[in-house]
Amino acid sequence: MSQELMNAVEKASMKAEIPFFEIGDTVDVHTRILEGEKERIQIFTGVVIARSGSGTREMFTVRRIVQGEGVERKFPIHSPRVAKIEVVRSAVVRRAKLYYLRDRVGKGTRLKERRVDQSKKTTE
Amino acid sequence: MSAGLLGRKVGMTQVYSPSGEVIPVTVIQAGPCHVLQLKTVERDGYEAVQLGYLDKPRRLASRCDRGQVATLDSKRQKRLSSAGAPLPPKADCEPKRFVREFRGSTEGLEVGQELGVDLFAEIKAVDVIGTSKGRGTAGAMKRHNFKGQRASHGVKKCHRHLGGTGCSAYPSRVLKGKKMPGRYGAARSTVRNLKVVGVDTDNQVMLVRGAIPGPNGGLVMIRQTNKVGTHVPG
Repeated sequence: MSQELMNAVEKASMKAEIPFFEIGDTVDVHTRILEGEKERIQIFTGVVIARSGSGTREMFTVRRIVQGEGVERKFPIHSPRVAKIEVVRSAVVRRAKLYYLRDRVGKGTRLKERRVDQSKKTTE
Repeated sequence: MSAGLLGRKVGMTQVYSPSGEVIPVTVIQAGPCHVLQLKTVERDGYEAVQLGYLDKPRRLASRCDRGQVATLDSKRQKRLSSAGAPLPPKADCEPKRFVREFRGSTEGLEVGQELGVDLFAEIKAVDVIGTSKGRGTAGAMKRHNFKGQRASHGVKKCHRHLGGTGCSAYPSRVLKGKKMPGRYGAARSTVRNLKVVGVDTDNQVMLVRGAIPGPNGGLVMIRQTNKVGTHVPG
């Protein structure tokens, strides 16, 4: 009974639909940024190396290389500040967490592309 | 009237504010509560409303539990009614498990009325009173936030010890009220000025910002905050 109530509360603060993406996918994360009064969208592109948490607490980590320096950002999937998540490219991976990419540089960070049948893409 | 309800802590989670900030919230199932009795200055010396929350199975309810919510046949009652004394009104509901009083004006309330969580729809901040989690026998560090002793520099096997307890030849005793290890928790505890984040009348659920005393499933009292002159926490 109490679990049902918790689920109802969490569901209210969750997004109705989140796009389907997997570990190893290269994604464009559109984040809303408030500058004074104005709101604009900033895009962070990188590889999804981890997903953690469940329900309203679910987060995902995106890694990219900026000027030779590895940068990781962790986004809450259900945050209103994450406006959109777009999958640019998918890759063949054999792990749920791609932390090994942190120890690699240059060519070693490449992931083998996986062609995805567009018709099979669904939203979660 | 001063608003008050009885409820049950469901658990903690987080919600997002419209601007995207994460708000830590406690989910409280509040109400429905029955008004069991109204205390008046003339009869009781003070004004208060007595509420009951959660039905108690009749097999567990004592006669006084049942008599609290419904009129039972009794010699005393017969004697009173034959003498023409008015009988006190009863809520006429199931016996209640959790019964508490809220002091304050009882205007607009009547016995038997059912109060729901919509009572808090317009209210910005509440106080929550519950029974804190029992910690059993706890040391001075956990119980009184003592610092303990150093990890090294010759400290031997008393790193979490409270240290000295008193003076010397005078007064040759430990002063009364000295903070020491002992039973900790499982005591009435009040958290004041918690912001009401949301009220869900369908599920009889309300969200307050921050933590409240007690375990999940613990019974709590919720009232409009009596804190004055402070800002509502953001």
